[in-house]
Amino acid sequence: MSDGIGGAFRARASSPPRRTIDVVNATLARRHAAERRFRLYGLAAIITGLAFLALLFVSTVAKGYGAFQQVYVAIDVFFDPEVLAPDGKRDPDTLNAADYGAIIKRALKAQFPDVQARQELRQLSALVSTGAAFDLRDRVRGEPSVIGTTERVWLPADDEVDTLLKGGADRNAPEAERSLADRQLAWVDRWSAEGRLEKRFNTRFFTGGDSGEPELAGIWGAVVGSFYMLLVTLLLSFPLGVAAAVYLEEFAPKNRWTDVIEVNINNLAAVPSIVFGLLGLAVFINFFGLPRSAPLVGGLVLTLMTLPTIIIASRAALQSVPPSIREAALGIGASQMQMVAHHVLPLALPGMLTGAIIGMARALGETAPLLMIGMVAFIVDIPRQITDPATALPVQIYLWADRPERAFAERTAAAILVLLLFLIVMNALAVILRKRFERRW
Amino acid sequence: MHMLESDVGVEFRAATPPGRTADPVTGLRHAMPERGERATVGDFRHPRPRMTARNVDVHYGDKHAIKNVSLDIGANEVIAMIGPSGCGKSTFLRCLNRMNDTIDGARVTGAIALDGQDIYDRGMDVVALRAQVGMVFQKPNPFPKSIYENIAYGPRIHGLAGTRAELDEIVQRSLERAGLWDEVKDRLEQPGTSLSGGQQQRVCIARTIAVNPEVILMDEPCSALDPIATARIEELIDELREHYSIAIVTHSMQQAARVSQRTAYFHLGDLIEIGDTNQIFTNPRHPLTEDYITGRFG
Repeated sequence: MSDGIGGAFRARASSPPRRTIDVVNATLARRHAAERRFRLYGLAAIITGLAFLALLFVSTVAKGYGAFQQVYVAIDVFFDPEVLAPDGKRDPDTLNAADYGAIIKRALKAQFPDVQARQELRQLSALVSTGAAFDLRDRVRGEPSVIGTTERVWLPADDEVDTLLKGGADRNAPEAERSLADRQLAWVDRWSAEGRLEKRFNTRFFTGGDSGEPELAGIWGAVVGSFYMLLVTLLLSFPLGVAAAVYLEEFAPKNRWTDVIEVNINNLAAVPSIVFGLLGLAVFINFFGLPRSAPLVGGLVLTLMTLPTIIIASRAALQSVPPSIREAALGIGASQMQMVAHHVLPLALPGMLTGAIIGMARALGETAPLLMIGMVAFIVDIPRQITDPATALPVQIYLWADRPERAFAERTAAAILVLLLFLIVMNALAVILRKRFERRW
Repeated sequence: MHMLESDVGVEFRAATPPGRTADPVTGLRHAMPERGERATVGDFRHPRPRMTARNVDVHYGDKHAIKNVSLDIGANEVIAMIGPSGCGKSTFLRCLNRMNDTIDGARVTGAIALDGQDIYDRGMDVVALRAQVGMVFQKPNPFPKSIYENIAYGPRIHGLAGTRAELDEIVQRSLERAGLWDEVKDRLEQPGTSLSGGQQQRVCIARTIAVNPEVILMDEPCSALDPIATARIEELIDELREHYSIAIVTHSMQQAARVSQRTAYFHLGDLIEIGDTNQIFTNPRHPLTEDYITGRFG
């Protein structure tokens, strides 16, 4: 050491010693303040996030809860044997083919005898849903003895009446801007005064397929479509993903090829989903000739999309199994295969399942790739198998959001609620699985 | 000081006669072995060897972890391997049942034989080898299964028991030999991880002897245990010597002195000295050994 440094050192040593505690105390307040500030930033971030979430929920619930109820109108229907079974036969074919619309029209005419003009009559029958005829048919088929009697039947009202009664339409607007004419408003008011209008639980929304009439449209077709699609996705992506992860993590030699594979799996996870849709269109539909709009193709596309997620989650789960367990198994002479099957896989399985469920939840909410493979079609029938045309929940939401009727806006929000419910249930399941099977060493 | 180390080393190397270099760990100048020459002081042979290692070298990538080591493990003996951290004693131990195979980039050359059969031979199946050369690890690592399943796993995969009764017997005998039977006989269905550290390590030993190996390798089996559990394990090692050959790596020189009949001192990948435990601890012949056991470094 040079003299200069030694001199400086001595000079510092000779000045009165400062105790560490004094130095610390001088800066302590500043350090605590910094910590408090930092905590506040974090708290603010969380509150902002929660506020947005609450906003989303509140607005969706406020818009959508109305769709769970539907306005019904009570009409005294005379089940005219002349119309229903003119030749006296009451076999199902005859009853199915009968003109129930005419019966409703007659009942309405009977209720409002002063309505005579063709135009007015059309306006009057427009107040009752076109689906009311199906309800009547079901009533007669279920109980043919009702023919020839008069009965008060609750029939679904048209969506305009529904919207009006739920307060969604402005009745003071000029007639030209309203979807209900003055006359129609008067009839509705009379029904209302007579207690013939009632809001009832909207079963049809949960059991029906899509429809052009909002009061008849249901999400069941989309739910079934989504279910078939996720079934295909789960059955393909979970075994494939786990097998790929196990091979890469436990058996594959670590060389340039496996590095390339790893990088590409990570890249696949980041590919925009619509690209997978294009791929599905080109490969599954155009090349393999699989049916358009089918949950099978949707499931295949979503499998491609979910695979990287599951592989990455499964590899992470495998990596989290402590090496000591592997060594223990190998040390008593288990083969690589036995080590993986008996010890590593059971310990990694909860993590893999969690990854799979989260991947499934993502797949459930996916819309873009399904648009490319034709699952965006208007499909009324409930799909019966994976090759039937179908839509999926998010696509159904997308379709309804496009419709001009006010009642569809309500149903869009309600369908979003149902989709959110499914997602919450799936994510909760993932959390429960993780908590339940989590092991600590 | 640390930054200057390499320069100083070069200077020393230039100044000292060939074969005498400064030791990077101790900074002392001692005779270091030339390449290819066997450096070991003392006789590495055993009159009744079970395992024989000859001219073993291990490389981890560029690192030369074990340099030309030859060593016998005799029948019914406990041989202790001691040395400062990073000296290669664990690496050498892991060569003996080919656990190094699982490490990427590890390369083992030389000859290691179990009862005269080369264990690195193409025809040698690692599964069969590890059934004969069991291993107990530094950290107790019972499977997260019941105590019974922990012990029964080895016999089961090797097909050692035909019936449930036979398996029960193996489990009981192994736990008895590990001195654990009386403590756990009423709770064999409880998870092995619920036991105390010392009990867990004895479960691991019982699990190893359930396969009835020829040789047991122990890699610092007591480093995670308290003194009472350690004493219990040491007692157990002494009892096990009756049936097995045991190689134990330890950081504790007291432990080596208590449990072993022979001791091997490793230093930076070289086997410096080997001999009777008594002789090593009372009358070491190599200065590095003396420095280590007298606590000058380590």
